[in-house]
Amino acid sequence: MTVFFESLFNGISIGAVLLIAALGLGIVFGIMGVINLAHGELMMLGAYTTFLVQNAFKALGEPWFSGYIIVAIPVAFLVAAAAGLALERGVIRYLYGRPLETLLATWGVSLILQQFVRQVSWVMCIQIILFCLLFFGGLWVMKRRPDFERMRQWAMVVILPLAAGIALVCGTILGQIFKLAVTKPWFGAQGVDVTAPGWLRGGLPLGSFQLPFVRLFIIALTIICVVGIYLFLLKSPWGLRIRAVTQNRSMSACLGIPTQKVDALTFALGSGLAGIAGCAISLLGSVGPNTGQNYIVDAFMVVVVGGVGKIVGTVVAALAIGLVNYIIGSGILALMVSPGNPLFDFLTFFATTSMARVMVFALIIIFLQLRPAGLFPQKGRTVDA
Amino acid sequence: MAHGLGRRKFLLYSSAALGSTFLIKGCATPTQNSTETGSGTQGEQTAAGGGDTIKVGILHSLSGTMAISEKSVVDAEQLAIEEINNAGGVLGKKIQAIVEDGASDWPTFAEKAKKLIDSDKVVTVFGCWTSASRKAVLPVFESKNHMLWYPVQYEGQECSKNIFYTGAAPNQQIEPAVDWLLENKGKQFFLVGSDYVFPRTANTIIKAQLEAKGGETLGEDYIPLGGTEVTPIITKIKAALPEGGVIFNTLNGDSNVAFFKQMQGAGLTPDKYPTMSVSIAEEEVRAIGPEYLKGHYAAWNYFQSVDTPENKKFVEAFKTKYGQDRVTNDPMEAAYIMVYLWKQAVEKAAKADDLEAVRKAALGQTFQAPEGMVTMNNNHHIAKTVRIGEIGTDGMFKIVYATPKPVDPIPWNQYVAETKGYACDWSDAAKGGKYKM
Amino acid sequence: MKPNKIADDATALPPWEQLWAKIYTFSQQQPRWFEISLVGGAALFLIVIMPLLLSDFRLDLLQRYLALAIVALGIDLIWGYTGMLSLGHGIFFALGGYAIAMHIKLQIPATASNQLPEFMNLYGVTKLPWFWHPFDSFPLTIIAVFLIPAILAAFLGYLVFRNRIRGVYFSILTQAATIVFFNFFNGQQKLFNGTNGLTDFQTILGFPISDNKTQYGFYIITVLLLVGGYALCRWLTTGRFGRLLVAIRDDETRVRFSGYDPTGYKVLVFAISAALAGIGGAMFTLRTGIISPRAMDIAFSIEMVIWVAVGGRATLVGAILGALLVNYGKSLFSEKFPDIWLFFQGAMFLIVVLVLPNGIIGWLRTEGIDLFRKIIRRPRYVATYPQLEEDPEIQRERETLEP
Repeated sequence: MTVFFESLFNGISIGAVLLIAALGLGIVFGIMGVINLAHGELMMLGAYTTFLVQNAFKALGEPWFSGYIIVAIPVAFLVAAAAGLALERGVIRYLYGRPLETLLATWGVSLILQQFVRQVSWVMCIQIILFCLLFFGGLWVMKRRPDFERMRQWAMVVILPLAAGIALVCGTILGQIFKLAVTKPWFGAQGVDVTAPGWLRGGLPLGSFQLPFVRLFIIALTIICVVGIYLFLLKSPWGLRIRAVTQNRSMSACLGIPTQKVDALTFALGSGLAGIAGCAISLLGSVGPNTGQNYIVDAFMVVVVGGVGKIVGTVVAALAIGLVNYIIGSGILALMVSPGNPLFDFLTFFATTSMARVMVFALIIIFLQLRPAGLFPQKGRTVDA
Repeated sequence: MAHGLGRRKFLLYSSAALGSTFLIKGCATPTQNSTETGSGTQGEQTAAGGGDTIKVGILHSLSGTMAISEKSVVDAEQLAIEEINNAGGVLGKKIQAIVEDGASDWPTFAEKAKKLIDSDKVVTVFGCWTSASRKAVLPVFESKNHMLWYPVQYEGQECSKNIFYTGAAPNQQIEPAVDWLLENKGKQFFLVGSDYVFPRTANTIIKAQLEAKGGETLGEDYIPLGGTEVTPIITKIKAALPEGGVIFNTLNGDSNVAFFKQMQGAGLTPDKYPTMSVSIAEEEVRAIGPEYLKGHYAAWNYFQSVDTPENKKFVEAFKTKYGQDRVTNDPMEAAYIMVYLWKQAVEKAAKADDLEAVRKAALGQTFQAPEGMVTMNNNHHIAKTVRIGEIGTDGMFKIVYATPKPVDPIPWNQYVAETKGYACDWSDAAKGGKYKM
Repeated sequence: MKPNKIADDATALPPWEQLWAKIYTFSQQQPRWFEISLVGGAALFLIVIMPLLLSDFRLDLLQRYLALAIVALGIDLIWGYTGMLSLGHGIFFALGGYAIAMHIKLQIPATASNQLPEFMNLYGVTKLPWFWHPFDSFPLTIIAVFLIPAILAAFLGYLVFRNRIRGVYFSILTQAATIVFFNFFNGQQKLFNGTNGLTDFQTILGFPISDNKTQYGFYIITVLLLVGGYALCRWLTTGRFGRLLVAIRDDETRVRFSGYDPTGYKVLVFAISAALAGIGGAMFTLRTGIISPRAMDIAFSIEMVIWVAVGGRATLVGAILGALLVNYGKSLFSEKFPDIWLFFQGAMFLIVVLVLPNGIIGWLRTEGIDLFRKIIRRPRYVATYPQLEEDPEIQRERETLEP
């Protein structure tokens, strides 16, 4: 009985992490059909935000510090949502309907974001801001001239290197004057340390077994997120618009729904959820430039197994994959078979954590043979469903 | 914006703009670094009037997943080179370091090693971190009969004529740690590692050693590299060691963070489940958070808290050069040592580009290192003191045990049947890399 | 670049333009022979001239990139022509590499005390695992280099395509497959030497591998294989088969309704592409002297796609050019500024997707020609009327109206 309960809890807690990572993806990929390989990096941004909030609260002292995680969650949501919004407006909106191109572009974004957190320093920050100010400001000034159309090419050729040059020179000068104080990277390539507040660090003992508070916290957070999303999509006016646009874009546009705004909002929402996920995983694992990469493929598998476009599918798939992963990886299955059985050798071979991963992916591929469209396929008349 | 500009054009310009900002940024920082070392070298060069330099190669990953660890090793190597140059150089010539990026990609390591040897004509190379990268460059160094200095603790089972190993061999880190645990912490072990060569080899050794010395291995498990889901392992540990016992941890990188964070949550505390790690040094402690690690142990040859005058000087110099909040660790110290050992060997050989003579001269070199006296043995590994540290709240290690004198390195594993009874001796051409004792 | 002058008034021209005109007529009248002579010329140039121009180190790089170009051809075949984006070609690349590496590791001198690859001794393996045995024979190995990836791809492809899984789902599944294979090869130390991979190659067919002459031999073989691969892809993509592939890319459902079953075609083309990746992997491994599970890294597989995207999708020359350019760029950049290579690579993905969707070759064929004509002060090619094509107002309207 204890084994059963323990397995269930552990399976669910693995599943909860998968779910919170996949939830945002479920919205972006499932509802909008956008493949966002930078999703993991948005999670990473959330985790780094948690780190910054933690440091800010550390400076405030003890009674405040233990509550930092409560503040970190909404802040992480906002930061990731803002980054997502920028990504949608800057890149993805030009690529709707071309999922493979989106995939490549977002992979590029994820590379840039990874290197960005490794290298970002005051100098770099100032350089980017200065460049943007000069470049876009310059363009804005030029555009007010009536003959802008004619001299657009030349304006570009002049302004771009000029802005870049000024930014470069300023940055170098700053670097020379203040040395390490401004050129030192904020985070560096090494991971940073996010420590859960004291009340999240222990566990709830139940006989020989202990329920870690962090896991309980993440499970609770996941439930809140899922319920919140459900309510938002089903009960709020914007949720209604999102669903309308998903079902029939041109008809929604005819009825006066601002589809562009809806796209941006949906994407920002999905990205914000990635931020919350980042906050959650920072309590469990490492926070570093590669953090997102560790989760992204698993998250995609969850969405695919669950059936694209169905939140409920994502939920069930995450929990199922979590349970299967745990049961194979912990070797419980091998214990149930007697040692003489040939199945025993097979199961013990896969009972290490790393081989369990191989097994789970193999099972997923087999599963997709049986139900190519996932657990909860979308019903419809199109052949592409 | 798109209205006035045209979509493609806008995107072209803005992405070019973004790209060039990063480009600018990227150009700015490295040039600063290189001018720092480069101009220093050149300035003194003219002052010395020699006009000649000795070129050495530095080959580590500056990008990719391994950059995290390898960058600080490059820092330590450059510190040693700068110190040597400020003290007058080698044989009256300045050392000029050519830094190449292995990009955490093993074929790239081999490519860059060839470039350093063929195009840059360096007299030696300091480099590599992972075993895979070392294995990738090994054929290059052997076919060109060149010289590589390797600063990281590794799994042994190798003894090349063309490589000098200044990190610990297994018997200089793992074996003393196991002995100490058996004596002080208990006889029941659980082995946890990342799924790659070092942990698997280390665990083979530990299992054989435990069997020989009356300990027990109650389980072992491996996490894929970079994996962060450790719940199944924690269940297994609890099932195997319900009353507590020793955990021997050879996890690498990100998995460590997840492991210690979740261990604490599951109630595996250091008083019941003391954990001995061999890949956690000062930098990793900072990334994991000392709150999670307090009371656990690590085995190394060097800790920042080692109390020797040489170490005080080393830590001081490092912090002055790279920032007060930086820490030093074992591979960095090994990297620092190897530059000095090479310098001594060159001075003894009196010629930097006669590699055969330098190799010969290197054998038997001693150096008063931050970790204490080290000696280059005939098997191209160095004799080092082994220490065990307990992690404290400040993120530093309290040294709880140190071997009374340096331990001699044994590259060929004496616990594995296939290499038992073999040794390595490069002072005698007849014996070479692997001979029967 | 084609000359823009039609050859009827050739006699009035200076001699170099006459030559141009002759070449142009030749290329118009005998397109096949023209192409063959171009490709042959390029191959001869690579084999004979390049070794004289480049240092050993640069030639070494060139061979690697040519090997990667073979892989790029395969990617172009399935992505550029058939519209399937595989993010798992690293598997096939690595399998080809492992096949040839296993053969080399079995070249143990008869005098050695132990007749096993040396890493097996270290891990206490006493008997050669069964699947290593076929690799003792050179001909079998050569067959295995392309057949194993092809069979695996056909098997995976059949499972996937049979269920009409396509588009991004296919991409995600191939990515998952990469992880499966990576973990498997990485974890099986006794069978494949785990993370370290197979390295330290000594001889092949009795030739010492690190010898310069052997390496030059590999170089020639790589060039020839690339030419062969190009010819194969060219042959496949022209004619009925090629048009069917493009049709599958553009509208698979319609192909299905026209009475074709795309599954078989997709499986076949996926298998061929995997075989090309295997061959590329083998040649790459011979030159670098190491094959490790790192080759199955997801990042590497996605990088392969970007080579094709940079060069130009659905143009075979583009694939080759892209592989060479991107890798040279990477090598140069990471030599000079290791830190920013990732920024640059990321930006490249964005630029290629957003601004140059047809890659360099595609750009040259359209806007490049316009630019060239503008520089030499000739009127640009126009599809409709000059007034329409050149009016910025109309151009802008056209751009904003584009779906």
